Amino acid sequence: MSDASLNNTTAQTGDAGFGDFFALLKPRVMSLVVFTALVGLLAAPVGVHPIVGLAAILFIAVGGGASGALNMWWDADIDRVMKRTKGRPIPAGKVSEGEAFAFGMTLSVMSVVMLALATNFVAAGLLAFTIFFYVVIYSMWLKRWTPQNIVIGGAAGAFPPMIGWAVATGGISVESVLMFTLIFMWTPPHFWALCLFMKSDYEEAGVPMLTVTHGRRSTRKHILVYTILLAPIAIGAAFTSIGGPIYLAVALVLNALFLKGAWDIWRRDEVQAESDKYRTEKKVFALSLFYLFGHFTAILLQSVLAPYGIGGWG
Amino acid sequence: MSLSKQHEMHKRRFSRNLGLGLVLAGFVALVFGLTIAKVSNEDFAVPSSEADG
Repeated sequence: MSDASLNNTTAQTGDAGFGDFFALLKPRVMSLVVFTALVGLLAAPVGVHPIVGLAAILFIAVGGGASGALNMWWDADIDRVMKRTKGRPIPAGKVSEGEAFAFGMTLSVMSVVMLALATNFVAAGLLAFTIFFYVVIYSMWLKRWTPQNIVIGGAAGAFPPMIGWAVATGGISVESVLMFTLIFMWTPPHFWALCLFMKSDYEEAGVPMLTVTHGRRSTRKHILVYTILLAPIAIGAAFTSIGGPIYLAVALVLNALFLKGAWDIWRRDEVQAESDKYRTEKKVFALSLFYLFGHFTAILLQSVLAPYGIGGWG
Repeated sequence: MSLSKQHEMHKRRFSRNLGLGLVLAGFVALVFGLTIAKVSNEDFAVPSSEADG
């Protein structure tokens, strides 16, 4: 490289900093992946060596992050249009699309192989499927094609606790499927509540979100229906081995609050929402984050307290 | 502009190289830890064909 390039002060691709590559992994999404996978791992009836557990969580996080990098590679054109995503490393010109693709692919393969070596093939297979589902099924196929994108695509975010469970047990069970279903059914109302008050972004990017294709009245109805369907699944998990009195109490309160929020959203129209700047929608969105965190914390508590005879129904 | 001055680009490269170095060191430590954990496991046994040499 010639010295003339030293006069260049703007960030050039090929010279991205460590933080730019780290941002490709979607650290905030990764934190949710780490938390739910850890809960799945600890709630399982089989113990795991702490170092194996630590390595497994790390590889699951890297695999989740890698799928985020591949998503940013594929969606770079959309990200350039949307306000929320304009600052991501590719649209900001810090990382090239080729670099993001290579980075995502390398980490995807490495995380799956390492998880297989560290734990078992079921967990590694589930991680591989999660990456495939998020990148190919959701990002490449559903996202730009159907307004139900978030419903089916939400499955990708629902796999981590199942992978955590598989790390410990080497298999799939009712409990791990219930944890999957909890996140799967929670994703649509959570995301649609966000769409209601972030209204212009998806429209400009040409992503067929429910608010754009079916209107906001229909989205409000969808939020209520999914929240009603979610409640029995969330509460029902209390009566399995991952549940117990603490979980049941938390689930009853959180589901009552979430149902009330969804009901309020359904009852409102756009005039009311505009007048108070989407106060209810924003409140329900914040509540939805607390809802998921609360359920998984309760599962974690049940499993941590079980040795002291406090967890479970026994 | 003096060539000896640290350019922002150099700082970025240094952060990337340092970060990668630390990640690789961490990875080596993790694989080492995993190996110890695996061979310390009660279920672990060297295949008889290898044990016999």
